[in-house]
Amino acid sequence: MIRVENVYKSFAGRPVLQDVSLKIREGSTQAIIGRSGSGKSVLMKHIIGLLRPDRGRILVNHTDISKISYNELRKIRRQFGVLFQGGALFDSMDSFENVAFPLRTFTAKTDQEIRQEVQTCLDLVQLSNVGSKSTSALSGGMRKRIALARAIALRPHYIIYDEPTSGLDPETSNTINELIKNLSHHLEITSIVVTHDMHSVLQIADHVAFIHDTRMHWTGTTEELHQSTDTVLRSFVKANEYVIEAHHSPNSP
Amino acid sequence: MSPGVLRVAQPFLNIGRFTILMSSAFMSLRELKTYRQNTLIQMVRIGIESIPIVALAAAFSGAVTTVQTAYQLVSPLIPPKIIGAVVVPSLTMELAAVVTGFILSGRVGARIAAELGTMRVTEQIDALEAMGLNSIGYLIVPRVLAGILMVPVLYVAACVIGVFGGLAAAELTGVVSSAEFILGAREHFDTFGPYFGLIKSFVFGFLITAVSCHIGYFTEGGADGVGRSTTRAAVMSCVLILVADLILAVLLL
Repeated sequence: MIRVENVYKSFAGRPVLQDVSLKIREGSTQAIIGRSGSGKSVLMKHIIGLLRPDRGRILVNHTDISKISYNELRKIRRQFGVLFQGGALFDSMDSFENVAFPLRTFTAKTDQEIRQEVQTCLDLVQLSNVGSKSTSALSGGMRKRIALARAIALRPHYIIYDEPTSGLDPETSNTINELIKNLSHHLEITSIVVTHDMHSVLQIADHVAFIHDTRMHWTGTTEELHQSTDTVLRSFVKANEYVIEAHHSPNSP
Repeated sequence: MSPGVLRVAQPFLNIGRFTILMSSAFMSLRELKTYRQNTLIQMVRIGIESIPIVALAAAFSGAVTTVQTAYQLVSPLIPPKIIGAVVVPSLTMELAAVVTGFILSGRVGARIAAELGTMRVTEQIDALEAMGLNSIGYLIVPRVLAGILMVPVLYVAACVIGVFGGLAAAELTGVVSSAEFILGAREHFDTFGPYFGLIKSFVFGFLITAVSCHIGYFTEGGADGVGRSTTRAAVMSCVLILVADLILAVLLL
């Protein structure tokens, strides 16, 4: 289980997270939503230990990762898979090698075993035949799916998605959402989705946390989100509904 | 901290950050086995792939030094063999190391800063860290090691090719015969010259790669930031080579 307790973080004296607390349940899909610049990605980086809080604690399986040594943190990070916003694929390697990279680095598997494992991951993200493609030859959606295949290669316990559908067309976004849902189900992974795409949230999340102006404004289940009367939250959700409707409108470009 | 104070403190902050980065890289040497493959790749990129341009520069340096020495020194009172006695120590003690250093500042320093800078702004370094890999060990140690090991090799190649360039220029312009050139070089040969040059090349190899890694690793911003880092790496490497050249001359001569 992951617990974020009263986390405060500032950059150059400007607070970006204030007194943020969150509990992420095992096996669930937790969405963290909020406007751009609200602190979602900063919170995500705290959960993986890429940033350390000025105050507060981040507990991963009861270990406070803000207090442990770098080498201990690295061991904990291996329980995580992260899908970065732009994919963060290594452009010095082709798609196959990107997925194979964690297996080559952290396991003693043979070449044959790695080949099979990579193929399984590529099948899971429905990109069985793009292994030899250079990462620069991939579309935005394909890049995210290859990055997803890399993130699940070591069968992580937790997977973090940073804006998984940003910059993608609605159809590709749906494919990514379906993949996230299927992976969470098949691999029994605890998922954390950082997004401002409500369409995505409603499709995949079990629990939702809404960050507003650097503070945790609202938490609850997806059902509770529908019934919430909180005006700030309603306004955020409504703005997203408008975007979704505009996307699906026959007159939209 | 106010902007004015920050500007004054910036060089000291950079030196502190550089020292911490290099200490972390030094600590990562324990895991060198993991980075062996990457070190070999960097040795080829920094060393082997630089041979043509270093050879070209060394040959022309040797040739020009020969012609200019002949112009300045040869008179009926000075024997022509003195040209060999001047050109060879000039190459081994100064020119081969400094010219190689300058060429590598542009070719290797800029490349390292651009590679690491791009990896930083596209979150590839974050992706390495999120996987549980030590990004300093994986990215910086192989490059600095390759620099320390391969720049002396390039220096030796530059010395040999520079002498041949000098010989060729002597023969082609007729300022001195090859036999006299070699005679002069052998009569006044001092083994300290190559040792001094080798020490310089070790130091230059470290400076070029370490400073470029530091600048690239801490790149901020997008494409503009990468561009600035690339230019800074090339310029800083050249400046540090000049400063180190003088310090080593004062200390060792």
